[in-house]
Amino acid sequence: MRAMILKEFRELRRDHRTMGMLIGMPILMLIVFGYAANFSVENIPTAALGPQAEQAATLIGGVPQAPFDVTQVDTTGTAQDAEEMLQRNEVDVAIVTGADPVVAYIDGSSLFSAQTAVAAFNRLGDRVQTQVLFNPDLKTSWVMVPAIIGLILTFIGTIITSIGMVKEKQTGTIEQLAVMPIKPSTVILGKIVPYFLLASLDMVLVTVLGMLLFDVPFNGSVAVFALGAGLFLFVVLGLGVFISTISQNVGQAIQTAFFFLLPQILLSGIIFPLEAIPWAVRWISYFLPLTYFTMISQGVMLRGAPFDSLWFPLVMLTVMAVIVFTGAVLRFRRDLAPGDGKRAKVKAAA
Amino acid sequence: MSVRDLRVHRGHTLALDGVTLETPAGRVTAVVGGDGAGKTTLLETMVGLVTADSGTVDAPPRARIGYMPSGAGSWNDLTVDENVSFVGGSYGLSTNEVAERAEELLGRANLLDARDRLAGRLSGGMRQKLGFCLAMLHQPELLILDEPSTGVDPVSRVELWRLISEAAAGGTAVVMATTYLDEAERAGWVLVLDRGKALLSGSPDEVIASCPGVVVETDAPVHPELAWRSGEHFREWWPDGTPDGRRPAALTLEDVSIVASLREAVS
Repeated sequence: MRAMILKEFRELRRDHRTMGMLIGMPILMLIVFGYAANFSVENIPTAALGPQAEQAATLIGGVPQAPFDVTQVDTTGTAQDAEEMLQRNEVDVAIVTGADPVVAYIDGSSLFSAQTAVAAFNRLGDRVQTQVLFNPDLKTSWVMVPAIIGLILTFIGTIITSIGMVKEKQTGTIEQLAVMPIKPSTVILGKIVPYFLLASLDMVLVTVLGMLLFDVPFNGSVAVFALGAGLFLFVVLGLGVFISTISQNVGQAIQTAFFFLLPQILLSGIIFPLEAIPWAVRWISYFLPLTYFTMISQGVMLRGAPFDSLWFPLVMLTVMAVIVFTGAVLRFRRDLAPGDGKRAKVKAAA
Repeated sequence: MSVRDLRVHRGHTLALDGVTLETPAGRVTAVVGGDGAGKTTLLETMVGLVTADSGTVDAPPRARIGYMPSGAGSWNDLTVDENVSFVGGSYGLSTNEVAERAEELLGRANLLDARDRLAGRLSGGMRQKLGFCLAMLHQPELLILDEPSTGVDPVSRVELWRLISEAAAGGTAVVMATTYLDEAERAGWVLVLDRGKALLSGSPDEVIASCPGVVVETDAPVHPELAWRSGEHFREWWPDGTPDGRRPAALTLEDVSIVASLREAVS
């Protein structure tokens, strides 16, 4: 028994990934959950529009327990401007003055901000009439489905792809591929294309099912959605390939993939709203591809956000796709062609 | 095909130290040695998986090399036919060529009845034979086999050896690593490696004849550090001949390899 326990500890000590999960992961989760597990939004970006915009800004800035942060005041703004501002995600609330009562337009796709805003306006009684756009019933499923699409793609991209790639290494067939007269780029593309197609198919399936089962709308452009999803897929497939290059077997690949998955689940804004996460932790969110895909999927599906209002997440995903995918493919190529670049010493017979 | 004066490092270890080998067409060359001798490194350098620090590798282009790694060299989740089809396609063979070669090779390897079985479900011997067929599919000039018979049952070993001999008879230069010295004795040329150095090289007869000193059979070795068990008795190496003029034992490749290792250790 003593020998068995000792043997187990010795093996664990040398298994750095398991040790990481045993020690690093609980500490990370404690810190992340401690800071990030917060559903109360303390800052709602708000615009005040119309002739009495300045008075309205002063008024709502002083509403107790209502964290309205008036970022824009426009005395010429109209109701149409308010809707556009919400659609482009410039603010979460836009108050339009000039009529009685004042109308507060609220972005229902920012669920927690919307719930907080509605509760605050209700306390003001009849003075403000609220109108929730893009998710009038404030349904959680409407917000979750677009985000879950990204989560599913992350799962397929990282775990399934890394398993498929690392299997070649585990069974020794990667050496076979390396000596075959196939270009490394052909091998890599041949390995990745099936996962790209399967993940795309899954994305369509989940999106359509989400719309059918939960009545989630699709208000925006399919092309913008497809562009965002395609870029996002390149990032997560790149992560999968990268994981396979730093793993020797399927077990290690799955373990490593969890290190990449967990922060995305917790910090991408799917569960806890980004605005509720303190900056001490929130900065990590902006390095996670799922954060940007969620911005795009929720924006396109719920708000019908136009292409130019989504430039930031699209650019971020493009940058990530280029860096992650290129880096991962170069690493995988090194596994496939370890002698490349030094082959001058090898003289091929005619 | 030849390698000359190869020096290869793997990490900080000198895996090959000045190894030279000629592999003419139609000859089977056995690369022999214990674990860590450098057999796999030599083969991987020949196929371009490992880059030499110095020395030259004069090899055919990849499309004319067949390689069977120390695993089985087949894809476990594909059937025998699917494996053949994938490898044939990768080497640019037409569908008809693949079908013809598959019929011929799988027939010779007694695998025709297993064409629809997953490679991962084949017995060890069958899987090794499949790996051999895949390496031979495109009729390579140079066939490199890394321990093809390790862990294989005796019947399959005989079949594998028959396939290897047939490949050589067809004009292919075959280089195979093996830990089985009885197998190496069947080869046309033997290279004995020990810790990256070529201890012996030549035909099995030449290698056996080159053994320095005398090896005798005994039940009580005088110098246990120069003796090894062989069946019920011991064999003992006397570097400068036996003092009492005892009759030398009939040598095997195994004896000569052990003597070479002892000689290297003593020097």
